[in-house]
Amino acid sequence: MYCSQKDKRLAVIMLIPFLAVLFLFVYGFIFWSVRVSFSAWDSILPDMTWVGLRNYQELMGSLRFKTDILNTIYFTIFFIAICIIGGFILSYLLFVNLKGEGFFRTVYLFPLSLSFVVTGVLWRWIFNPEVGLNALLRTFGFKAEFGWFTSTYSIAGFNVALIALIIGASWQYLGYTMAMFLAGLRGIDDQLIESAQIDGAGEWAIITRIILPIIKPITFSAMIVLGHISLKIFDLAYAMTGKGPRFVTDFPGLFMFETTFRGNHYAEGAAISIVMLLLVAIVIVPYLASSLKED
Amino acid sequence: MKLSKTNRTIKYILAIVAAFLFLFPLYVIINNSLKPFADVRVSEMWVLARSPSSEGFSKAFKALRQNLINSFILVIPVSLLSVLFGSIIGFIFAKVRFKYSKVLFFLVIFGMFIPYQSILIPLVRTLNRVGLYGKLEGLIVTHTIYGLPISSLMFRNYYAKIPDELVEAGMIDGLQLVGVFRQVVVPISLPTMVVVLIWQFTSVWNDFLFAVTLTQNPLIQPVTVALQNLAGTQVIEWNAQMAGALIAAVPTLLVYIFLGKYFIQGLLSGSVKG
Repeated sequence: MYCSQKDKRLAVIMLIPFLAVLFLFVYGFIFWSVRVSFSAWDSILPDMTWVGLRNYQELMGSLRFKTDILNTIYFTIFFIAICIIGGFILSYLLFVNLKGEGFFRTVYLFPLSLSFVVTGVLWRWIFNPEVGLNALLRTFGFKAEFGWFTSTYSIAGFNVALIALIIGASWQYLGYTMAMFLAGLRGIDDQLIESAQIDGAGEWAIITRIILPIIKPITFSAMIVLGHISLKIFDLAYAMTGKGPRFVTDFPGLFMFETTFRGNHYAEGAAISIVMLLLVAIVIVPYLASSLKED
Repeated sequence: MKLSKTNRTIKYILAIVAAFLFLFPLYVIINNSLKPFADVRVSEMWVLARSPSSEGFSKAFKALRQNLINSFILVIPVSLLSVLFGSIIGFIFAKVRFKYSKVLFFLVIFGMFIPYQSILIPLVRTLNRVGLYGKLEGLIVTHTIYGLPISSLMFRNYYAKIPDELVEAGMIDGLQLVGVFRQVVVPISLPTMVVVLIWQFTSVWNDFLFAVTLTQNPLIQPVTVALQNLAGTQVIEWNAQMAGALIAAVPTLLVYIFLGKYFIQGLLSGSVKG
């Protein structure tokens, strides 16, 4: 757009204070955290003595952190898979013009407006081994002794206690992928599908040959957004389960918070947060760079 | 799309089963909020409330009243400031080309993806230093700053779609950039203002990490932290816990029910592309 030199200068001057504050609070603080992670600060009193990578080395050797990383990986895989597949199915159901579409859409989306704390309180009771789903199953005569999020059982490193959290998180976020896919489906030219039908293509062929290829980029965006949410997960685990017995429901976000603000191990907490940041950056930076380049 | 009758029936069944799965937690929460304490016994969670009572609600409301007020005091200025600042930043990035604008915008947007744990220690130290730690004002400042990326992104995506000619026409009419922004751009920004307003309202209301880290005093904690405290203690009756969760959820639920269209728009613009 055409813009006079004077206006351009004015615009940049107006931008400076905002960017200065934001960059200080984002990049300045990240840099500060990195510095703390290389320090010996291990009590209420700051101690910025340089210790190199010691905090990171200790972290890599800690059982809790290893469990956290494994939990994050499994949680991320299941959370993304359920939200993508389930969200697509829901969006497709709405796409084919069922009556009451507005009602269904409202119902699938409402959990998104809730706080993870609310979701956590709610699902903690539903999965409570005494009074929750187990009690319901027992009234139908089942034995129902599964400990849900209190279970310490694990299969190939997957702590089954995570199932409860995965269900709670998916309940909240399925609507998000549903909405993204639905927006994509609504963008498909009707004639494309109609002419395929005239050519004798069945519903399955239309889904696999026309719809899925078109919504592929949306699937990718959704995976990135969901992936970074699950790497950062904190509130839900905090409210619903806490770290759990033997850290079965622990995550780096929770570990960082407890280490830093409950245990006053600031340097170690900072190291955890920087690892989290790096994991998120690996996912987000390429995605962000490519989508901004396209504009 | 045209579908056969049986095909359609199967889809209805699927949609209804899914709706049931989404709604049954709502049944649990409402049903149990309405039970008097005497009815809250171990195996009764799934049983319909026989004699609905307001006991749980009045207990929860008493415990959360101040925190609800705190949340409103927090959320209203943050939402308004987000609209004001976001529209200015978004407009400049959408319509003014200057050196490094793309890189700078990338750096702005990246700020909304970072795990906030990675800035939390310096944030606490800084707020402490300036006397805002443990105060609602500190939370207002924090949320306003970390809300800048998403608010700017939403406005930028909207302004990018306004034809340049519209802005240029204003300039030919003798207006400066600021004048064009105020007299031409702002009046047509209302839909995006609503989107940003309710997006920030919802996400700040629902925030837990900043709230639990930056406020210790129960009298100034936002409602999410108070709810967690209420629910975290095992002794408390769960009719009050469920009622508390419902009370904490009502403002954002109302926003969703009445302004759902804008809520979904905000949701979709979180994925960067305009």
